[in-house]
Amino acid sequence: MSDVKKFMYLNRRAPYGTIYAWESLEVVLIGAAFDQEVSLMFVDDGVFQIVKGSDTSELDMKNFTPTYRTLGDYGVRHMYVDKKSLEDRGLTQDDLIEVAWEDWETEEEVDNIVEVVDSEQIAKLLEESDVVFSF
Amino acid sequence: MKLAVQVNEGPYQHEASDSAYHFTKAALEKGHEVFRVFFYHDGVLNGTRLTTPPQDDRNIVERWVELAEKYDLDLVLCVAAAQRRGIVDEGEAERNGKDATNIAPKFRISGLGQLIEAAIQCDRLVVFGD
Amino acid sequence: MADLYTVNKSPFEKNSLEDAIRFSSEGASILLIEDGVYGAMAGTAVSDLVANASGRKFYALRADVKARGISEDRLIDGVELVDYAGFVDLVVECDKVQAWL
Repeated sequence: MSDVKKFMYLNRRAPYGTIYAWESLEVVLIGAAFDQEVSLMFVDDGVFQIVKGSDTSELDMKNFTPTYRTLGDYGVRHMYVDKKSLEDRGLTQDDLIEVAWEDWETEEEVDNIVEVVDSEQIAKLLEESDVVFSF
Repeated sequence: MKLAVQVNEGPYQHEASDSAYHFTKAALEKGHEVFRVFFYHDGVLNGTRLTTPPQDDRNIVERWVELAEKYDLDLVLCVAAAQRRGIVDEGEAERNGKDATNIAPKFRISGLGQLIEAAIQCDRLVVFGD
Repeated sequence: MADLYTVNKSPFEKNSLEDAIRFSSEGASILLIEDGVYGAMAGTAVSDLVANASGRKFYALRADVKARGISEDRLIDGVELVDYAGFVDLVVECDKVQAWL
């Protein structure tokens, strides 16, 4: 039985213009079965992945943005967002989706695991991770 | 040390596959274990046997195959990414009704779980991409 | 120990080098590979990024530097050239690798 590792999924690209956002989400979903300690980090254009109001109907592309809202059910405990990346793009936390989380065993609930953090906090969070996935 | 390598881009379009190859080769020559090389996104395109690169330049696919043969390297193409991009082995051809296969030898198609497993079991994950 | 940050894109194309510096702490190593080696050139509009990043140790992959015709005397002071064997050593010596693509 291996030790539990702290996984950090680093997301830096906008959704839909390239496939990286969606295919990295697929890793998170499959990864849920492996019971590691999972966090997602959104930096640069990655912050656009969790902006509200996405409608891909005219693009004829599958809209995967709703999938982020379910990540609490896929073992994701934290979704960190870089403050500077938000500000540079004229966004605030109000523009972002909310993701609920519940621990099925302890029944501990968190209304929203999306958390805006600064550079120093991000450097620390990355350092504390055991594995960083990049896409 | 036990290493895992991830390749996110296809051959020639980006330098990622070259860098990953040279790194993997150097690691193996130093006696480290490369547990798995996992190909994701366009990286699965490294697993087609149908490339015909110009004679005066490196043959990226063949190079991976030769390295795999020499060191018994596990080269894994993500199944979902491979399906999207048309890299097909016998099993996939049968399951999805395709009339041909194109996978290169020594590569195998498998699930994303193989990447997660490598990340859990290895000491280091090194990612090459764009 | 600390992490190894790899940067493979030119600082004139993407902000990956800037990010690697911004999100690293003292003691981190930053390895420039592929087009990332352009970040090691002195006298450019972005050389100060590297020159002012105190506490970080910078490396560049020799094979990529040579391929791009960058002569060693044009590199920022303190950037150490490594080959692929050296790249492997950096990976082994660090705590883990972060790829800033």
